[in-house]
Amino acid sequence: MIGTFHYNLKHLLELVNKEVSGLDQQVPAVAMRNITKTFNSGAVVANKDVSINVFRGEILALLGENGSGKTTLMNMLSGIYFPDDGQIFVDGKEVVIRSPKDALDLGIGMIHQHFKLVDVLTATENIILGLKEEGKLDLKKAAQRVKDICDQYGFELDPYQKVYNMSVSQKQTVEIIKVLYRKADILILDEPTAVLTPQETNSLFNVLRNMKADGKAVIIITHKLNEVKEISDYVDVLRHGEFIGSLKTSESTTQEMTNMMVGRQVSLNIDRPDPVGQDPRLKIKDLTVRSEDGVLKLDHVSFEALGGEVLGIAGISGSGQKELLEAIAGLQVTEEGSIMYVNEDGAEEELLNQDPNKIRRKGITLSFVPEDRLGMGLVGNMDLADNMMLRSFRAGKSPFTDRKAPRKLAEQVVDELEVVTPGISTAVRRLSGGNVQKVLVGREIAETPRVLMTAYAVRGLDINSSYTIYNLINEQKKKGVAVIYVGEDLDVLIELADRIVVLCDGKLSGILDARKTDKNEVGLYMTSLHGEGGEENE
Amino acid sequence: MFDIVSFFPRAVVQSVPLLCGSTGETITEKSGNLNLGIPGIMYVGAISGVIGAFFYEQSLKAADKPINTFLGILIPMVCCLIGSLVMGLIYSFLTVSLRANQNVTGLALTTFGVGFGNFFGGSLIKLTGSEVPSIALSATHGCFVHKLPFAKNLGWFGRMFLNYGFLVYISVIIAFVAAYILRHTRHGLNLRAVGENPATADAAGINVGRYKYFATCIGSMIAGLGGLFYIMDYASGVWSNEGFGDRGWLAIALVIFTIWRPNIGVFASILFGALYILYLYIPTGANQAIKEFYKMIPYVVTIIVLVATSMRKKKENQPPESLGIPYFREER
Repeated sequence: MIGTFHYNLKHLLELVNKEVSGLDQQVPAVAMRNITKTFNSGAVVANKDVSINVFRGEILALLGENGSGKTTLMNMLSGIYFPDDGQIFVDGKEVVIRSPKDALDLGIGMIHQHFKLVDVLTATENIILGLKEEGKLDLKKAAQRVKDICDQYGFELDPYQKVYNMSVSQKQTVEIIKVLYRKADILILDEPTAVLTPQETNSLFNVLRNMKADGKAVIIITHKLNEVKEISDYVDVLRHGEFIGSLKTSESTTQEMTNMMVGRQVSLNIDRPDPVGQDPRLKIKDLTVRSEDGVLKLDHVSFEALGGEVLGIAGISGSGQKELLEAIAGLQVTEEGSIMYVNEDGAEEELLNQDPNKIRRKGITLSFVPEDRLGMGLVGNMDLADNMMLRSFRAGKSPFTDRKAPRKLAEQVVDELEVVTPGISTAVRRLSGGNVQKVLVGREIAETPRVLMTAYAVRGLDINSSYTIYNLINEQKKKGVAVIYVGEDLDVLIELADRIVVLCDGKLSGILDARKTDKNEVGLYMTSLHGEGGEENE
Repeated sequence: MFDIVSFFPRAVVQSVPLLCGSTGETITEKSGNLNLGIPGIMYVGAISGVIGAFFYEQSLKAADKPINTFLGILIPMVCCLIGSLVMGLIYSFLTVSLRANQNVTGLALTTFGVGFGNFFGGSLIKLTGSEVPSIALSATHGCFVHKLPFAKNLGWFGRMFLNYGFLVYISVIIAFVAAYILRHTRHGLNLRAVGENPATADAAGINVGRYKYFATCIGSMIAGLGGLFYIMDYASGVWSNEGFGDRGWLAIALVIFTIWRPNIGVFASILFGALYILYLYIPTGANQAIKEFYKMIPYVVTIIVLVATSMRKKKENQPPESLGIPYFREER
């Protein structure tokens, strides 16, 4: 009901706009009408009777949980899927979009979550790939045009840089310019900030604002509410493939959006139970790690992880978080320092140079969700049960593996974490990103660890699944497990963790009390050692 | 020291089949197809040319006419190109359209090609009823080795660089043109994208299947020319079964050695050719074992290059990323 009301409100506003700003405002750049899309010959309904409008000079946020059909809807606009039913209008004219090329010809460009770039080619070469322009291939001219686009919208990119040398945000920039180069004026971004740091997100948003000012229509798929608030003009909410309603961002609250998205009242506060026990579990001293090509990744980092406490680790991506966790798990060659583990009896033992399996058996588990989600920890082609078995196949004395226990575990994880899957014999790569993560985190927690390390556990997850994971972490904490949590979202980190270790360029910048700090302080520590840079600048 | 002016030309003629094979294979691999059928394709190219030339010479003999140079070159050449094209089509159909395993398909084609060559070679030998197990096409050979008349008068330069049959120059030109196309044209860029990341190329509107077919078939035809050169020029128009030896495999090794660059292939193939015949120029005495050691050098060098490029991990020097992997759009 509430949705319908807001939908009407939006139309009312459109009418007002029409009166105020003349004719060019009234025709939506894109209008999707009563779009329905099913998969598996009708068995799975991805979108049902969805209608949305996007106007030029506006940023529309498409909000919804994982699997609510946001990406499917946009894929129909960008020519990857073809709708079963419904109409699409571009600038008031009905169109048929059968391929990404059709979409681009209409000026619709989509930036997908998984970048489609060729690693060994330069930015420019990637951008002009597949274009059928007349005449000789002129890379200089193309590079100049890339530069022009960069200048126009405020991107920073070296046209001659090879993609394999690029950071994730640079790759995203290439993807966006690729679309702009093809003269798209309706841009769709599928969870663009999922892989970006706060700083990178800010510069992306600045670019989007420039595009908006330039009169382009921008659709951004996301489930991060603070970003929706920050960047969008309107929000369209989808739930279970259906259109729930449209909100004007400036007139609504995040609580309202969440309720529409989830369909019930959701508490947005993250629990933080008081730490229990707080006996030292890991004593890390002067840990130094050098990467294969000699770059210092960790530089004399020292801290302690306590039982019954969530230790957050903050830092700009690539500041040494991965190396730190891997060093503890025994997967990383270290140069200097020590990692002492305190076992149940209070005795200390050195973890460095120990076999990763032995470390595991002591109860130190690592669930690392990499940028591409599947890369570490799970095997895409194996099913859920077999992936559970990756941790248990060495157990037992019999030459045959025990298949029953992992099956049971898989069922349990599916059940408890509400993993959406046709069954436990489905290959993991067929699951959606969020569900893959639940499987990974669920398996690691199931081992009743003494030290639980998770990195980016909620990367790309919607709000509901994220809270499931936070609860799981808190449960472990209450059991007295030492939890090390590497996260990207500073808001969450400050609410969830007890103490926060801030890394800056591989060095320990500071250890903050999460109850007393705020986002700005953490950000300052992240960008300059001991938060000094800020003062110096003043 | 040995005589470089007489050694070099022998290395060059030795290098041409390798160069053709490796240029063809490089183009093929750039599309993501690892065609291990190259040795077989070169065999088929050679025997197809031999078949064409054989029947042309037979018809001439029956009519008692002298050979027409133009036809003498055109007929074997066209036969050779058709034969190797068919092989390339078979490979493409199996691996691109049916997505069969590339290694298995390639090895099968090599086995098939060698058998095909030996079968028809043997049949032709029977037809001639000759005592020796070979076919001599000396008239055709004459057409293929027409040389610049003034080359011999230009001293060492002429003898080292100008005194070859036309296929030598064609193979070098093809290699340089291929290198240029790969690096500096739109088609080359698209082709490289197909071999590196077909899903990306597909999303960019490039017809992946078509590029794979074309690259593989053109590559096969270039490789086939190498087989033709070997018989008509190098072996003086004499076909004998198994005469081609392991040059096809050496050509594939050469692709790795040149880190997928046909222009480097021009020089690398001459180096390989030189290494291949080095044992003839170094006194080895009666000890056959030492000779075999010398013959190993090209492969050892390839392994060293492989180790070196793997250790340096420079992205540009690695094989195309999706090499050997069939592409299927709906695969996630």
